[in-house]
Amino acid sequence: MTPEETQRYSRHFSLPHLGVAGQKRLKRSKILCIGAGGLGSPALHYLCAAGVGTLGIIDHDRVELSNLQRQILYNVKDIGQLKTLAAKSRLLKQNPNIDIIAHPEKLTEKNALSIIQDYDIVLDGTDNFNARYLINDACCVLGKPNIYAGVFQFSGECSVFMPNNGPCYRCLYDTPPSISPNCSEAGVLGVVPGIMGTIQATEALKLALGQCSSLVGKVLRFNALNLTFETFTLSANPDCPLCSNGQSFYDLSHHHSQELCTMTSLNNDASTSTIEYITPQALKTLMEQNSDFILLDVREPEEYEECNLAGLLIPLRELNLRHHELDKEKSIIVHCRMDGRSLQAAEFLCQIGFPTVKYLKGGIVAWAQEIGDMPNISIPL
Amino acid sequence: MQIILFNNVSLSMERELTLAELLVQQGYEENGFAVAVNQTFVPRSTYASVCIREGDKVDVIVPMQGG
Ligand SMILES: [Zn+2]
Repeated sequence: MTPEETQRYSRHFSLPHLGVAGQKRLKRSKILCIGAGGLGSPALHYLCAAGVGTLGIIDHDRVELSNLQRQILYNVKDIGQLKTLAAKSRLLKQNPNIDIIAHPEKLTEKNALSIIQDYDIVLDGTDNFNARYLINDACCVLGKPNIYAGVFQFSGECSVFMPNNGPCYRCLYDTPPSISPNCSEAGVLGVVPGIMGTIQATEALKLALGQCSSLVGKVLRFNALNLTFETFTLSANPDCPLCSNGQSFYDLSHHHSQELCTMTSLNNDASTSTIEYITPQALKTLMEQNSDFILLDVREPEEYEECNLAGLLIPLRELNLRHHELDKEKSIIVHCRMDGRSLQAAEFLCQIGFPTVKYLKGGIVAWAQEIGDMPNISIPL
Repeated sequence: MQIILFNNVSLSMERELTLAELLVQQGYEENGFAVAVNQTFVPRSTYASVCIREGDKVDVIVPMQGG
């Protein structure tokens, strides 16, 4: 250890479980952070500052202005840059003693094993279910600890999945929900991934130091609104294809089959969707004719309060639990603010057997622009 | 009457129910969530055999995909 490092890490040296020996352990450890967004930002900051010798960062995105609300690795000058490269340059300014390996690519079934195998510990800071199942399966195959966290609006959850006997992510969630909004759809309070990513870093440091993680076989759920941390116990699920009957190998090429096919089909955008749309003018005509259809609004209650078309409100994130409130005999027209959520909802309703589903093209924004007249409006759009 | 805590809201059941019955009654018919009874996750294959009775705490946990 150099004199500079001795000074830099001096606050670690008197800690039990750490000391000079522990610091050398950290320097020898290799940690991979998958996703350099809201969770990865604080996690990478602290792992870098703590002196983890090798940090890998995998992300294929570029920095956008809307990231800066929570992704504290980046600043205005980074907008448009690859996140991995912007993160690397920022982190090296914080601690030039460590190696940072940027993987500016998307994690896929093809590259997951070869990238992950070079690291000791993996942090899952991604923002979609496909990646989360892929990371879980790859870590199980390779025998790597997977420190998982996810966030939604004011809530977060975290767990540590150790290889061999589980439990793993699939033990917890055997299949993804058929619809689930991500951060850009549902929103997230910036400090929530900050807290959860910092917890991921905490557990990563403990594992790197040879200590046990407190979150093995546990799921921690955090709620920022009432500031509660709740812990649940998780055991290996006898039905988990990875953890049951000691199965040691799982073919990653199975990834997009079965359980994830519903998710990939939901990634359709308007240009590839087969769902029919209706224009605001046509909807207005239907309304004036008192046609028998259900207008379904899949926005959040707060958005509904601001302005609405007197439709039935079922937020997208609740639709998989509340679709039975809709009459299958009737045709359904879905709308949201623009097109994103309404298309997801319409795809979902079609998949579960609703015969006639359309979406309002351009959503309530287009209605406001083309028709203007808003049946229920309290404040302007 | 059996009083339980379902998703942190008090709920009264006429009789003891299996977890599977309770979930159907409460409108949870799809996959894509996990269920914890008294802070412990229950495998889906045992929903029909787990009995929910007075004082139990049942939480339906939906995964968070955001990062
Ligand atoms: Zn498992």
